[in-house]
Amino acid sequence: MTAHAENINYLKTTRGLKSWLTTVDHKRIGLMYLASILVFFITGGLYAMLFRLELWSPEKNFLTPDQYNNFFTLHGVIMVFLVVVPGIPGALGNFVLPLQIGAKDLAFPKLNLTSLYLYWIGAALAIISLFAGHADSGWTFYAPYSLSKNPAVLWMLTAAFILGFSSILTGLNFIVTIHKMRAPGMTWFRMPLFIWALYATAIMQVFATPVLGITLILLLVENFFHIGIFDPALGGDPILMQHFFWFYSHPAVYIIVVPGFGIASELISAFSKREIFGYKFIAYSSVAITIIGFLVWGHHMFVAGQSEVADTIFSFLTFFTAIPSAIKVFNWTTTLYKGSISLQTPMLYGLQILFNFTIGGLTGIILAILSVDIHLHDTYFVVSHFHYVAMGTTMIAFIGGVHYWWPKMTGKMFNEFWGRLASILVFIGFNTTFFVQLIMGSQGSPRRYYHYLKEFQIYHQISTTGILILATGLFMALINLLLSLRGPSNAPQNPWGARTLEWEVAETPPVLFNFKETPVVTHGPYEFATEKS
Amino acid sequence: MSTATAGSLQEHEVAHHFEDLEQEFESHRFGMWLFMASEIMMFGALLTGGLFLLYLHPDAFAQGRAHLDWRLGALNTFFLLTSGFTMARAAAFAQKAEQGKVRTNLLLSLALAAGFLVVKCIEYKAKFHHGLLPGNAFHGAGFTSPHAHIFFGYYFVTTGLHALHVLVGMGLMIWCLKVSNRVRFTRAYYTPVEMAGIYWALVDLVWIFLFPLLYLVG
Repeated sequence: MTAHAENINYLKTTRGLKSWLTTVDHKRIGLMYLASILVFFITGGLYAMLFRLELWSPEKNFLTPDQYNNFFTLHGVIMVFLVVVPGIPGALGNFVLPLQIGAKDLAFPKLNLTSLYLYWIGAALAIISLFAGHADSGWTFYAPYSLSKNPAVLWMLTAAFILGFSSILTGLNFIVTIHKMRAPGMTWFRMPLFIWALYATAIMQVFATPVLGITLILLLVENFFHIGIFDPALGGDPILMQHFFWFYSHPAVYIIVVPGFGIASELISAFSKREIFGYKFIAYSSVAITIIGFLVWGHHMFVAGQSEVADTIFSFLTFFTAIPSAIKVFNWTTTLYKGSISLQTPMLYGLQILFNFTIGGLTGIILAILSVDIHLHDTYFVVSHFHYVAMGTTMIAFIGGVHYWWPKMTGKMFNEFWGRLASILVFIGFNTTFFVQLIMGSQGSPRRYYHYLKEFQIYHQISTTGILILATGLFMALINLLLSLRGPSNAPQNPWGARTLEWEVAETPPVLFNFKETPVVTHGPYEFATEKS
Repeated sequence: MSTATAGSLQEHEVAHHFEDLEQEFESHRFGMWLFMASEIMMFGALLTGGLFLLYLHPDAFAQGRAHLDWRLGALNTFFLLTSGFTMARAAAFAQKAEQGKVRTNLLLSLALAAGFLVVKCIEYKAKFHHGLLPGNAFHGAGFTSPHAHIFFGYYFVTTGLHALHVLVGMGLMIWCLKVSNRVRFTRAYYTPVEMAGIYWALVDLVWIFLFPLLYLVG
């Protein structure tokens, strides 16, 4: 490679499929993640649409009960393991992290490519599972549902194990990069809050995922050799499996949502042209969520026969997570106050996060109350709570982030009108789908049931209508972005007037090694000139 | 003494995205420690599960343990701890640029690791012979506990996973030997030996917990 090649746009340095598949450039790897994740987001979404349409009426419409179980399992597994867990770190984190801290690449570029390949292998195994039969264990793989030697479940278990590896390696790469690769002047408290969020997430990826890994290995071994660790028929304990599973999967919920918080901080500050309120509090709150997140897994098992002492402690600790979460919400709101808010497309998603996460967070507190949880456990209330966080916060942040960094990634500006219209449809569609589920759940309608009582039909119909609006909005956003690729390369270096390195210093699109010379950082990430002192 | 062939060795080149050798070395070492932390969480969960099973079925563990030979376990502990020492020596010599002694110590570690696996094979063979196997395959004689098969299931899962790590560690040692033929180790650059050494410390550490849990307690 000539010295010249280092100074041209990363999309143009080399050409051809092979140059992409063998690249170690974090930006290209990020784009490949982005494309893959969008494919699975659509796939998982289509499954959701199909079973929601089935739920239009209580009797059978077009899916058998077996297919229905299969579809909600596939929706859950695909969305959790292939979309929301790897989504923001894999696609946006990969692209943005080195740019935001002034590094040439991640610390381990080849390992980064390995993560992507592991993701693809995991995805391929998940696809094999689709053809191997009906995976019907739910995404939680509870024993003994997952111990019936169902080939589809076995493939899914293997897929999730490989995807876990991918996640660990990404997290490891991010932590080392953040510690060791920051540009001169990029002190810890000059790092954008997205970096803090990715850092907190990476800690959970590295420390929690291996516990899922061993759980999945044990489930596989149990299926083939009947060890008797989890299988009650052999003298094992299925509750032990739940403990292991949630020791990962509760932190996983924060692996899912914390990067979304990071994007919210970027968007809300950049489009209010105002220094983020309480920077250190937001930064530390991500770390606090990480720490507390490791100690609350038992709240998934309040009705699983856990001791009352354990229940009480887990309930108490769960309330604690509300504190760092609330710090974020209040600080974002305060940032808006007296800001010069411009309601461009990314900001519309930023504001949705604020709205949706408030509901997602508060419903979480309701579920942490022991007596209330006994009523709400395994109802649509839980489904809705989870989706307000995973979809309403994380995926909305993901989509907002994609819009925000799209000009930097591609050099193209998308159409602002269609972008805004799509985001409004997404907002209406999402809330229509899931708000009624809170009502339905509070009245005791159980989740995952194929048949339901007639009086819940109206809620199901509203919810199904909502998902159609949501899908319309999402496809509109996607088409709008894709159409921009055919347009001129018209994106300025810093279309949003943000203060972070990827906008202020890096070109649009960035050069191969990100910066022509190593940037020297002299100000914080949100120091806007217009600000009143 | 540096080897006579030292003249033919290359200096290590810093990768394009690092500023200098120090940044590169620090990043690699830190990354390896994080990976070890991740491994510890994995084995930690497995051992927690084991302790729980011990609590759930103490008689199964007591009867199962009686069929393990603690002397073979102790011999393997000796092999691993000694190999841990020789790996540490290898890393120390690498820093002093004594390429020949690095290789000697790597070869010693490799031999000890192989010794560990040979003993493990002897043990496995005996278990197969006596039908001390997981699940339905279990047909050991003289057990009163209905859950004795769980002990042997757990035994095979943990020692099997550990043996897999031994194999990976041996692979890393061979990789270090190969690198040592090509690149000169110095105080500033001995990354491969350091990495393999850290990994091998984990293999040691896990065994130090497994040995008492399986062979001594219960």
